[in-house]
Amino acid sequence: MTAVWTIVDYGFREAVRRKMFAVVIVLTIAFLFLFWLANHYVFRDLSTISPPADVHVDTRTFAGAFLVGLSMFATLFLGVVLAVFLTLGTVTGDAERGLLQPLVARPIGRSTLLIARFLGAGGVCIAYVLAVYFAGVLITGLTGHWYPDQIVWPGLELAGGVLVVIALSLLGSVVLSSTANGIAIFMLFGAGLVAGLLGSIGHALNSHTIKHASTIASWALPFEALYQDGLRMITEHASGLTGFLLQLGPFGGAYVHGWPIRLWALVYTLGIGAVALVSFARKNL
Amino acid sequence: MPAAVVVRGLAKRYGAVGALRGIDLEVGEGELVGLLGPNGAGKSTLVKIAVGLVRPTAGEVHVAGSRAGSREARAALGYLAEMFRFPGWYTADEVLELHQRLAGSRGGEAERNRLLDLVALTQSGDRRVDGMSKGMQQRLGVAQSLVGEPRVLMLDEPTSALDPVGRRTVRLLLEELRGRGVSVLLNSHLLSEIELVCDRVAILLGGELVAVGSPHELSQARGVELETDAGTTRVAGATREDAPRLVAAAVAAGREVYGVRVLTSTLEDVYLEAVGGETS
Repeated sequence: MTAVWTIVDYGFREAVRRKMFAVVIVLTIAFLFLFWLANHYVFRDLSTISPPADVHVDTRTFAGAFLVGLSMFATLFLGVVLAVFLTLGTVTGDAERGLLQPLVARPIGRSTLLIARFLGAGGVCIAYVLAVYFAGVLITGLTGHWYPDQIVWPGLELAGGVLVVIALSLLGSVVLSSTANGIAIFMLFGAGLVAGLLGSIGHALNSHTIKHASTIASWALPFEALYQDGLRMITEHASGLTGFLLQLGPFGGAYVHGWPIRLWALVYTLGIGAVALVSFARKNL
Repeated sequence: MPAAVVVRGLAKRYGAVGALRGIDLEVGEGELVGLLGPNGAGKSTLVKIAVGLVRPTAGEVHVAGSRAGSREARAALGYLAEMFRFPGWYTADEVLELHQRLAGSRGGEAERNRLLDLVALTQSGDRRVDGMSKGMQQRLGVAQSLVGEPRVLMLDEPTSALDPVGRRTVRLLLEELRGRGVSVLLNSHLLSEIELVCDRVAILLGGELVAVGSPHELSQARGVELETDAGTTRVAGATREDAPRLVAAAVAAGREVYGVRVLTSTLEDVYLEAVGGETS
């Protein structure tokens, strides 16, 4: 355990000394300020919005859920950015720079090193994602007096989504250079986003084929499915037209996945982690 | 002398390229062995396999009795990579502390201070790596390799960035380590250094071992040079033992002898002969 904590501490210090946290904190404060501004104006003007008489939409729920959904997307995106930059050069990148060899030559084991980097990046990203998510919920709650139906689970699922990305990024760092890995992970993230948008289109058109394709893509990239499940839970009690509109969701539809996707995400992360460990063990440095 | 490093039938291929082609080599306890060879001869690959950074295609390496790359083997060795870097945001003391924790060393501050002192970085413990010259970083690398008092030391070009004073510091350090029974496999391009400190020299060419022996064994007699009033003559094939007879013969022939010099090949001659002018 000493070696694990030593490497966790090493990664943490690296992030601090490279001013990664400073940049992330400044940008996050800027995001939260803009998010508060959006909430302020949306809820201030809410009373002036009057949908047609035959359209029964709960405007406060609609506005609140949409804003929290937006903040969830931003939180996932920022969490993924942080995760990728903490891990994209863990193996090949550090080996190319000559930082890895002195560490690997020590009697700590390659698996210990990789697991420790996962735990380090995971710990930082989970704390970050939960902090930003709850800050977003709190801003909407205090400004618009609307809170999600489920508050804790969506945050946990966002954090889980980021853990999936960390596992993918660590695997990528074993087989790809830092730049290629960064590009690959962001393209996967983009693919997940497209899968979500595809689902929204399929839902609006009631196309089973498109919805099915979207579901498969989301399960192939479970961080997206976890995000969708989180979206579902913030308005799980909404019904009628409000519920339908909210299912379209910002940047991806809110579809029911539940426990199967949580378990699948766990298995997926462990599987990716196992492949990364085996690949790293066989890699020439 | 029991072997600290045993290399048997070691081969490594990178795709179609054969980096090592059946190497057999031993480094005894307390022995200092130098690896020589042109670029691409396989020296670094050999060291990396011994450290566990590269997997061999065939053959095996044992370090301190354990399979190379195993936890036991890595616990017994110290390693300085050819292309290494320490995090620029760490101080020299923090680098050593990190490696103490990874190596499980309980030497604490006393060990760190002693190591910094050994490589003439006594006053630089709290200096950040990114503020150090390349030579200072390389000396810190040597200190790092000594964390935990390893029984076997693998040094890949440890003096490539050092000035003459830094090289002398490392050379004296290596001699001291040998005195303490530490086995060293030293990979270097600097023939003079290898000649000065190494007990034995192994010359690699194209992934094959082409010569092994002590610098003295490898150096061959190249004749005796006699300087007389008739000029300088060179007697090819003559050895040190022939010198008195040659002088006596010259005097008997009425020559005035001003000097006599026994000619032997230097390690550089041996090396150039072995590699046949190969540079890469």
